[in-house]
Amino acid sequence: MARTLFDKIWDSHLVDVQDDGTSLLYIDRHLVHEVTSPQAFEGLKAAGRGVRRPEATLAVCDHNVPTTDRSGGIDDAESRIQIETLERNCAEFGIPYFSMSDVRQGIVHIIGPEQGMTQPGMTIVCGDSHTSTHGAFGALAFGIGTSEVEHVLTTQTLVQRPAKNMRIAVEGDPSFGITAKDMILAMIGKIGVAGGTGYVIEYAGKAIRDLSMAGRMTVCNMSIEAGARAGLIAPDETTFAYIEGRPMAPKGGQWEQAVAYWRTLPSDEGAAYDEEVTLDAADIAPQVTWGTNPGQVLPITGVVPDPAQEANGGRRRAMERALEYMGLEPGTPLTDIKIDQVFIGSCTNARIEDLRAVARVVEGRKLADGVGAMVVPGSGLVKEQAEAEGLDRIFIAAGFEWREAGCSMCLAMNADRLKPGERCASTSNRNFEGRQGKGGRTHLMSPVMAAAAALAGHIADVRELV
Amino acid sequence: MEKFTKLTGVAAPLEMINVDTDQIIPKQFLKTIKRTGLGRSLFFDLRYNDDGTEKPEFVLNRPAWRQAKILVTGENFGCGSSREHAPWALLDFGIRCVIAPSFADIFYNNCFKNGILPIALPQGQVDALMAVARRGADGTLTVDLEKQEVRGPDGATLSFELDPFRKHCFLEGLDDISLTFEKAEAIDRFEAEQRRAQPWLWARAVPCRPERSS
Repeated sequence: MARTLFDKIWDSHLVDVQDDGTSLLYIDRHLVHEVTSPQAFEGLKAAGRGVRRPEATLAVCDHNVPTTDRSGGIDDAESRIQIETLERNCAEFGIPYFSMSDVRQGIVHIIGPEQGMTQPGMTIVCGDSHTSTHGAFGALAFGIGTSEVEHVLTTQTLVQRPAKNMRIAVEGDPSFGITAKDMILAMIGKIGVAGGTGYVIEYAGKAIRDLSMAGRMTVCNMSIEAGARAGLIAPDETTFAYIEGRPMAPKGGQWEQAVAYWRTLPSDEGAAYDEEVTLDAADIAPQVTWGTNPGQVLPITGVVPDPAQEANGGRRRAMERALEYMGLEPGTPLTDIKIDQVFIGSCTNARIEDLRAVARVVEGRKLADGVGAMVVPGSGLVKEQAEAEGLDRIFIAAGFEWREAGCSMCLAMNADRLKPGERCASTSNRNFEGRQGKGGRTHLMSPVMAAAAALAGHIADVRELV
Repeated sequence: MEKFTKLTGVAAPLEMINVDTDQIIPKQFLKTIKRTGLGRSLFFDLRYNDDGTEKPEFVLNRPAWRQAKILVTGENFGCGSSREHAPWALLDFGIRCVIAPSFADIFYNNCFKNGILPIALPQGQVDALMAVARRGADGTLTVDLEKQEVRGPDGATLSFELDPFRKHCFLEGLDDISLTFEKAEAIDRFEAEQRRAQPWLWARAVPCRPERSS
């Protein structure tokens, strides 16, 4: 029977299946960070259990780390304790760990691919919902809770139920100025924030195949914002070229063997999907969110919507609440919305390709008066590469702050956060109430759109700027 | 895990859709290394003013619902982050059951690991339970897991679907890890076969690049 990419990975990782479909799934790789792991390690210790495959596990601190000078350690006592706890747990259980002073340190979903740990056909989990990022390689990757982190640490398996298959095809060629971020925001706008619940989404079509690995990671990263635990893109030559030669990639004869296997993974001709959606890339304009969830998104040419036009009562009240929180009036053109801060970073958009794209827009220009902006690279290695290319000097000359790697203002667990009422053009993935700081107002957009907003002082159409 | 058989209690109406886990428990409370003590921070921004005083209009601050054991709410509850701090906070507050038209997947899973029963019912039935919940102390609900029923104060009964394995684990208070340990031989067999067929997954692969000398 013709199978999808998801079916193939699922089938090849089944350890046990119960009569009711409850499955024990083998987990090939496990990424760990400081926020969702302490209670899992505590559970292991309390039960006298060990870690089954420490070498299949990789830990890093990213959520809590300062992005300013770190030589003096961390001021915030709770953050410091959480990171020290991770360090101690990794030492005790023999888990490889990238510390804050390690050039390889960075956002967990940036460093996995960067090290070549993320490979096609794998199952990959992490106590973080943006684990879906790794699906860009044709790996089944999804976020889990802390109890499941504990389960994986000690058994290298997870109890799961099969997901349904959804295929979203973006066909044709995107027009000038359209990025992977615009594509995924448009997809979320189309299917809604719960449209993918219960599904694994396979992204397909020419516009997806033409994306670089960085772009594919941006797309898969936000699968969870459509409710899907995982997103997938079929592995191809672009994937193999990215992985080859990375530190944890297969070597020697095993490389050929791995690639031969990876070529068998794409969905079979005629494989059935439970749901299929198609978008035309040419119809997608730069996307900007206006509300407090990623599905509340519009093309830059749009105006803030009017809740009175929404027939569904629950949704109308949610829109009214979102507009009140965001301080916006219906009918306002998106390009009239003034901003205070710009955040370039996060597991969605902090790879070297993202930083290059921002640098191309801001080179030789200046931030608008009164706008604060920071660039937070996704990893120490991204930072090093950017500095080797001179991007840091472009950012600093334009008025941006150039920071150390971490999650930073995507979720504002460290000192990087919005003040109440501040409005931010952000390349991150969530515009929830309070996400970037209590009372902060987030507009999600692509890196080049955030760069355009930084220069204009208001949300702006990058296509008119370059 | 604590057994779950039958629960009777006041149901609090939280009339919002798409309640994300950032709203259930904001980021500043994720710095804990414990599972307990999060109940007072549940729905923090909805529940407290900037000066730390309670917002009197928020449902869990109103006298009728301060002891609520059940939450009735809108579609896509628990979307966003995978933080298990969300069910920990609900549990620590005293909520053992959440009823909604739909749930986000990761949150739904996390509930089962913590003895919280998430019940998905059609919108019309949730609307009816919401009306009961608005009655406060006068509107207690009984959740009977064995019979898979929610009973209202007026005798009205709604049945709900639940995966049989999860139901079994809840009724018996079983813990996933112990159950999986019983399948250790199957895991060993799987690993031996994968090592043979896909040896690159088992090659020693070390992340590299030296630490910064400074």
